[in-house]
Amino acid sequence: MKLVEKNMTKHTFTHLDALESESIHIMREVAAECKNPALLFSGGKDSIVMLRLAEKAFRPAKFPFPLVHIDTEHNFPEVIECRDKLASDLGERLIVRSLEDSIKRGSIVIKDESKPRNPYQSVTLLETIAEFGFDACLGGARRDEEKARAKERIFSFRDEFGQWDPKNQRPELWDTYNTRVNAGENIRVFPISNWTEMDIWEYIGRENLYIPPIYFAHEREVIRRGGNVIPVSHLVQPAPGEKVEVATVRFRTVGDMTCTAPVESTARTVDEIIAETATTRITERGATRMDDQTSDASMELRKKEGYF
Amino acid sequence: MDTNTQLLRFITAGSVDDGKSTLIGRLLHDSKSIFEDQFSAISKTSEKRGMAAVDLSLLTDGLQAEREQGITIDVAYRYFATPKRKFIIGDTPGHEQYTRNMVTAASSANLAIILIDARKGVLTQTKRHSYLASLLNVPHVVLAVNKMDMVDYSQARFEEIVSEYKAFAAQLDLHDVHCIPLSALNGDMVVDRGENLGWYKGPALLEFLEEVEIDHDVNTSDFRFPVQWVCRPQTNEHHDFRGFAGRIEAGEVSVGDEITILPSGRTTTVKEIVTYDGNLATAFAPQSVTITLNDEIDISRGDMFVKTSAHPPKVEKEFEATLCWLAEAPLDKNRKYLVKHTTRTAKCLFSRLDYRVDVNTLEQHAVEKLNMNDIARVAIKIQSPLVFDSYDIDRSTGSFIVIDEASNNTVAAGMIA
Repeated sequence: MKLVEKNMTKHTFTHLDALESESIHIMREVAAECKNPALLFSGGKDSIVMLRLAEKAFRPAKFPFPLVHIDTEHNFPEVIECRDKLASDLGERLIVRSLEDSIKRGSIVIKDESKPRNPYQSVTLLETIAEFGFDACLGGARRDEEKARAKERIFSFRDEFGQWDPKNQRPELWDTYNTRVNAGENIRVFPISNWTEMDIWEYIGRENLYIPPIYFAHEREVIRRGGNVIPVSHLVQPAPGEKVEVATVRFRTVGDMTCTAPVESTARTVDEIIAETATTRITERGATRMDDQTSDASMELRKKEGYF
Repeated sequence: MDTNTQLLRFITAGSVDDGKSTLIGRLLHDSKSIFEDQFSAISKTSEKRGMAAVDLSLLTDGLQAEREQGITIDVAYRYFATPKRKFIIGDTPGHEQYTRNMVTAASSANLAIILIDARKGVLTQTKRHSYLASLLNVPHVVLAVNKMDMVDYSQARFEEIVSEYKAFAAQLDLHDVHCIPLSALNGDMVVDRGENLGWYKGPALLEFLEEVEIDHDVNTSDFRFPVQWVCRPQTNEHHDFRGFAGRIEAGEVSVGDEITILPSGRTTTVKEIVTYDGNLATAFAPQSVTITLNDEIDISRGDMFVKTSAHPPKVEKEFEATLCWLAEAPLDKNRKYLVKHTTRTAKCLFSRLDYRVDVNTLEQHAVEKLNMNDIARVAIKIQSPLVFDSYDIDRSTGSFIVIDEASNNTVAAGMIA
């Protein structure tokens, strides 16, 4: 092990150091107290930060949990490549379960192939939790993303239907976390609850993390539909009368291809993204997630159904 | 890019009527932390409700149930940043029945903003909020005298309120109280100084939040390291590696330091302080690290590493504490509960309920049972010894939660003294 002479003083303990230490502490509580945890890993930037935090929490040992991805099969190929590359570089176990499996089983019935699949993700997630008997799932959700998340605990209890009851949350004091569940129940744990979009980018820069290239500005075929810029893909084709144009864009989030809109941007480096994030006037979800614009309470409803 | 900024956690205590949500909205709006889509959403809602101006308080309405009832029902966390600091706001409701929410949010806060309506002055709830801030040992308190626009920005009125408040606060253990006159509605002395409070020479609220000294909010002198997780890779490369992972809760530690492992009392020295980014010579609270030792000693989660210091920890099976009951089901003295303290969980019994504190008058009352939101002095017996400090020495090794084994709920929060 290399010896680094780091003369850290209280004055150089920055907000990123504070957030990092908090997240490591949370991950270690899960490792120590939960019987069979898993880390939900999508290949998106927040979950890539989670992987680095897990390395910091557990190295030189292996992670005390597998990585799990619930694949909608509506993902950007670059994100899936990144998912597989990072899992293999780290030498950690990756479990992938697909919505297609649930569709074959009949537990998900898709009405329209071109519509977002996020609402169905919770079904496959709950099936995967049952298959492996996971009692805790570490997720990369942040409280600054959305109003309902702003009120959710770091250790968020789910009943046996995977449901979140916002009015009946366990009080969370200091950083003494109650991790106890009965058989069949589980907790979702959000170690980066207190991180903002800006913190994530600053950390990606500081740690020099590899992220899918579509987070950086690139040329892409898009169509403009109802005020949104939509990427053209095998799932989204122009309707009659719609014009395909090539725009310089980047993605702020990388979810379901049918509902994740890129933003017009020329930011090609992490520093340029940080500069752009500092001056942007639209929230991350507001700019990029069409499925959250449907109703003021859409995330709250999805969470109650067992979504992360 | 300046990433050398500190993190400050603060809470706001006050009722809807004191303009608390408006104050948070104002802080976010004037520090340019509100995004266009958020602003357009609350503009639309304000218009729907027939309001003349945009209601900034709508920014902190989180859940559907709240939007329906128009009240804040739980603790919500908000984030904003200035070039000097990053802030986490724990937004807590001011209603009497929600003592538990304020206790929850205050537990991790560096600072509490206690809001007063300048027309009404020091009210019962002001006393309650101040008592809870002192009980939870929140290091800094700001008394924000809001609605100064409604009292003609009167300096005399402000000073009257401040002296009344200081007389009351003298009974409490509040360390660092600052009083700021402001108008959240008009934005005076929140982020900008405004035109109307020229007689006030102190910092505006945001300036104060940016400048208040927080380095000593954690205990920097009495090293405490609860073992969280034992790191045993058992790979060829790290065959003999046995590290103790955890977060330094107080003080600092260096390679070569003699440490005592409690409760066993065995001593050894620090071999390495391991992190992913390389080994450290010295580490301090609140860093998360992995420590290896020069002797093979049987150590597991729940043990605590300490160094000799001015305040040695106690290792005992019985202690007294102030308890805040958080659950709907009242405390049952005949039942055993679980205490989770740092990284150790053990069965406990409440051997004595001494008295209940009326949070409005600070009067002590005889007590037979504890209901939700009650605060009481109790004695607790633990099945196996805990390693603890007094809460005023160290918030993390002086605090615990109580868990009901039947429901798995967190039913109480305790502060040892």
